[in-house]
Amino acid sequence: MRDYAIMIIQPAAAMVLAPMLLGVINWVKANFAGRRGQPLLQPYYDLWKLLHKSAVYSSTTSWIFKAMPIVCLSAILLVTFIIPLGFGKTILSFNGDLILAAYLLGLIRFFIVIGALDTGSSFEGMGASREVQFSALAEPAFFIAMAAMARQTSSISFSNIFSAITPQMWATNSATLLLVTAAIVIVLLAENSRIPVDDPNTHLELTMIHEVMILDNSGPDFAFLLYSAALKLWIFAAILVGFILPMNVMPWQISIPVSIAAIFVVSILIGIVESCMARLRLVRVPHLLFTAVALAILALIFTFRN
Amino acid sequence: MWTDIIMVLLILTNMVVLGTSRLRACIRVVAVQGVALGILPLLHSFEWQLLIFAVLSIILKGIVFPVMLSRTLRQLNVWQEESPYVGYGLSLLMGPFALAFSSWISLRLPLPYTIHSTMLIPVALFTLIVGLFIIVSRKKALTQVLGYLVMENGIYAFGMAIAYHQPMLIELGVLLDVFVGVFVMGIAIFHISRQFDHINTDQLSALRN
Amino acid sequence: MMIWALILIPFIAGLLSLFIRVDVLRRSILIAAAVCHTAIITLCWLENPEPILAGWFAFDATAKLFLSIASVLFLCASFYAVGYLKAERHEPKKDFEEEEFFVNAPEAIFTACLLMFLMTMTLAITSQHFGLIWVAMEATTLVSAPLIYFHRHHRSLEATWKYLLICSVGIAISLLGNFFLAIAASAPDGSSIPLMRSDLAANASQLLSPWVKAAFIFILVGYGTKMGLAPLHTWLPDAHSEAPSVVSALLSGTLLNCAFVGILRAYEVTAAAGLLPFAQNLLILFGLVSMAFAAVFIIGQADYKRMLAYSSVEHMGILALGVGLGGAAVFGSMLHTVNHSLTKAALFLVAGNILAVYKTKIASHVKGVFSLISVSGFLWIAGILAITGFPPFGTFLSEFTILKAIIEQGRYFIAAAYLGLLAIIFVSFSAIAFRMAQGRNTENLPAKNERWLSIVPPAVLLFGVLVLGVYVPKQLTNVLHDIALLLGGN
Repeated sequence: MRDYAIMIIQPAAAMVLAPMLLGVINWVKANFAGRRGQPLLQPYYDLWKLLHKSAVYSSTTSWIFKAMPIVCLSAILLVTFIIPLGFGKTILSFNGDLILAAYLLGLIRFFIVIGALDTGSSFEGMGASREVQFSALAEPAFFIAMAAMARQTSSISFSNIFSAITPQMWATNSATLLLVTAAIVIVLLAENSRIPVDDPNTHLELTMIHEVMILDNSGPDFAFLLYSAALKLWIFAAILVGFILPMNVMPWQISIPVSIAAIFVVSILIGIVESCMARLRLVRVPHLLFTAVALAILALIFTFRN
Repeated sequence: MWTDIIMVLLILTNMVVLGTSRLRACIRVVAVQGVALGILPLLHSFEWQLLIFAVLSIILKGIVFPVMLSRTLRQLNVWQEESPYVGYGLSLLMGPFALAFSSWISLRLPLPYTIHSTMLIPVALFTLIVGLFIIVSRKKALTQVLGYLVMENGIYAFGMAIAYHQPMLIELGVLLDVFVGVFVMGIAIFHISRQFDHINTDQLSALRN
Repeated sequence: MMIWALILIPFIAGLLSLFIRVDVLRRSILIAAAVCHTAIITLCWLENPEPILAGWFAFDATAKLFLSIASVLFLCASFYAVGYLKAERHEPKKDFEEEEFFVNAPEAIFTACLLMFLMTMTLAITSQHFGLIWVAMEATTLVSAPLIYFHRHHRSLEATWKYLLICSVGIAISLLGNFFLAIAASAPDGSSIPLMRSDLAANASQLLSPWVKAAFIFILVGYGTKMGLAPLHTWLPDAHSEAPSVVSALLSGTLLNCAFVGILRAYEVTAAAGLLPFAQNLLILFGLVSMAFAAVFIIGQADYKRMLAYSSVEHMGILALGVGLGGAAVFGSMLHTVNHSLTKAALFLVAGNILAVYKTKIASHVKGVFSLISVSGFLWIAGILAITGFPPFGTFLSEFTILKAIIEQGRYFIAAAYLGLLAIIFVSFSAIAFRMAQGRNTENLPAKNERWLSIVPPAVLLFGVLVLGVYVPKQLTNVLHDIALLLGGN
C-alpha cells in the first residue's frame, strides 16, 4: 500500500507542479529586478491558452515536425516515471533505468533538432547547430557524473542511488558528491537553457539556442513543448536534490514534501543565478561545459580511490 | 570530511585557474587556494608552532600576495590573458588527465605510513602539475607568477602529507624564500612593463642560440 | 665561530653597503669583506672549525673545497668589480647593440647583492640539512637576479626574467625532491630520521629505496636546472651573456658549483642507500647530453660571451659525467671543478675587458685584441687554451684523469663520445677565439692603457690553473680524496 502511494504521488507531483517551477523562477527574477512580475501560475494560464488554439504548420514541414512535440512529451513523461522523489521505487524503476533515462533525454533532443531542421528556416538551423554543439559536451558530463554516482553507490538505478545517499556517505565521500553536484548544476543550467548558457527570455533570435528551435511551433504543439521543458527542469532538479539530500533518514511522508520543497529551492536558486549573472558569450559556453566534463571526470577518478 | 572538502576546493580552484582569462579572478582564486591550504594542517593537530606558521602563511598567501599582485595589475592596466599558447577549453580538459596521472603516480609510490586523506598526495601532485602547466602555457608574466604560486601551493600541500615535520626555522625559510621570490618577480614584471609596454613573455625573444 | 664569521661578514657588509653613499667607502667595504672571507677560509684550512647550530652548518670536505673556490673567485671578482664600477658612468648611456639609452642599477644595490650572494653561497655550501640547503639555494637565485639586471635594458631584463622563472621552478621541483627524501626517511609508525646529511648516510639502510630514487631524480632535475645541465640549461646562456662580465664570472665559477654541491649531497645519500648504479647512470646521461648540447651550440656561435656560457654547460656535463663514472673519475671531476671555476672566471673577466674596448659581443667584429690590448689578448689566448684542456694547464690534468678512468673501466663508447665532443669543442672554440686575438683592428679603435684592476685578477686565476697543471698541493689532494670516497670513488 505504502509503495503504491509513493509510486502514484511521485509522478503526479511532477506533472502537476512542474510548470510552477517556471513561475517561481520568473517571480524571483521579478523580485530581484524590483518588478511585481507575472502571477506564479502564469505558466498554467499560458498552457491553457495554447491548448485552446489550433496549430499552424508551414507548407515546407513534413510529419517529423508534427511528431516532434508528441515524441518529446511522451519521452519526458516516461523519464518522469523513472526519477523518484525522495527515495523508494517508481513505477518504471528497474536496474539500469539510469541509462534509459539518459537516452530518453537524448531522444528528445534528437527530435527537437530534426524538427527544427525540418522547418528549413535558417534561424532554426542555427539554433539546432548550437544545441548539438553544446549537448555534445553536456551529455558526456551528465553521463560521466551518473557513472561516478553509480560507482560510488554500486547501483545503476536512480531509486537505489538516491537511497544510498546517507549522511555517512557525505562524511566519507564528500569529494565525489561535491564534484558530481557541481557538474550536475552546470548540466542542469545548460540542458534547460538557463542563464549563463542560454537566455530563455531573450527576444533576439541570433543569441537564442532552445527558443529559436521551437519558433515555428504553435498552439497545442507549443504547449506540449513548453510543458516538456517544465518537466525537464523538474527532472533535473529532482536528480540534483536526490544526489544531495540523504532521504533515507526520514519516513516517506516527510521525505516527499521535503524533496518537493528542495526542488522549489533549486528553482529559486536558478532565479537568483539568472538575476545575478549575464549570459556568457557563445564562444565561452563550451568552457563552462568543459568544466562540467572535467568535474565529472574528477568525481569518477575519486570513486576509484576507495 | 573537512579535509575532503578542502581537497575539492583545491581541485576546483585549479580548474578555475586553468579556465579563466581574467587575471584579477585568477589572483583571488589562488589566494583562496592559499588560505585553504593554510587551514589544512590545523584540522588534525593543534600546536602553537603550527598555528603561528599557519597564520603566517595565510596572511602571506591570502592577503600580501593578492594585494601585491593586484597593485601590479592596476599599475600595468592589464586585466586579461589574451591568446595563451594552449586554449582554455583544452586547458580545462587537461585537468582531469593530470589528476588521473597523479593518482596513478601516487598509487605507484605508496607512502610508508597512513595519512588523514588518501586524496592528499594526488591532489598535491595535481596542483603542482597545474602550476607548471600554467607557467608554460600562458604568455603574461603575471600569469606565470600565478602559476609559480599554484605550483608552490602544490608542494606545500605535499609537505602536509609528510609525517615528519621540518624544523620551524626551515619552514619559515621556505616561506621567506617564496615571499621574496614573488616580490622580486613583481619588481621584474614592473620593469618589463616599462621596457616593453606590455608583459607578454613571448615578446621576450631577443636572446637566441 | 669561524663559520658564523663566514656567514655574518658578507651579510653585515652587504647591509652596510646599502646605506653608504660614498662610492670609495662602499667599494673598500666590498674588498674588505672579500679579503676577510678568504682569510678566514685560509684559517679554516689550517684548523678545521667547529660545526654550528647543532651541526646544521659544518665545514666538511665538500664544503671546504667548494667554499674555498667560491671565496677565492669572489676575492678576484671584487677587485675586478671595483675597477669595473669606476669605469661605468652613472648617467644614461647608449646601448651599443641598439640605439637606445639605458641606465645602470644603483651601485649600492649592486654591491649589496654581490655581498649577499657571497653569504647565501656560503650558507648553501656549508649547510648539512637538506631543507636548509634548499632555502639557501633559492636565496642565491633571488639575490643574483638583480645582479644580472645591472644594465637596465630590455635584453638583460629578458635574461633576468628567464633566470628567475626557470631557476625558481627548478628549485621548487627540488623542494619536492626534499619532501620525497623525508618520506623515504620515515618509518611506518611515523617516526623518521632527521634530514641531516650525516644522519641519513648513517641510517641509509633504513631508507625506502623507491622514494630515494624519486627524491634523487627530482633533486637532480631541480638543482640541475640551476647547475645548467642540458636540456635544463636554457636560462644559462642568456643570463651569462647579458650580465656584467664580473657577474658572469661569479655565476659560472661559483653559482653553478653551488647547485652541484646540492646534487652531490643528495648523491651521497643515494649512494649510501645502495642505489649507486642508478644515480651513476643518471649523472652519466645528463653529463653526456650536456656536453653534446654545448658542442652543438658552440659550433659557429657568433657571440663570444654566449660561447663561454655554453662552455660552462659543457664543463658542468664533464663534472656530472666524472662523478657518475665513479672510481678515479670522481677525483678527476673534483679537481676539474677547481680548474674550471678558475679558468672560466678568468675568461669571463677578460671577455669583459674585450667588451669594454670593442663594444660588441659579436666575435666576428672583434679583431686584433693582441695588438690593441696586448695583456688581455695574451690572457684570452691562455684562457682559451686552458678551457679547452690544453697542457700544461690544470684542466688538461683533470680531463685526462677522467679519460683514464673511463678507459680503465672499459667503457669505450663513453670514451669515444667524450673525446669526440671535446675535440669538436676545441676546434670550434679556437676557431672563434683565435680570430678575435689575431689580425689588426679595422675600426681604428685607439690603443688603450689597461687598468691593473682589470688584468691582475684574471692573470692570478689563470696562473693558479697553470700551477695546478704542474703541481697539486698535498692538502688539496687529501680533500679531493675525502670527497671522492663519499661519492663512491677512490
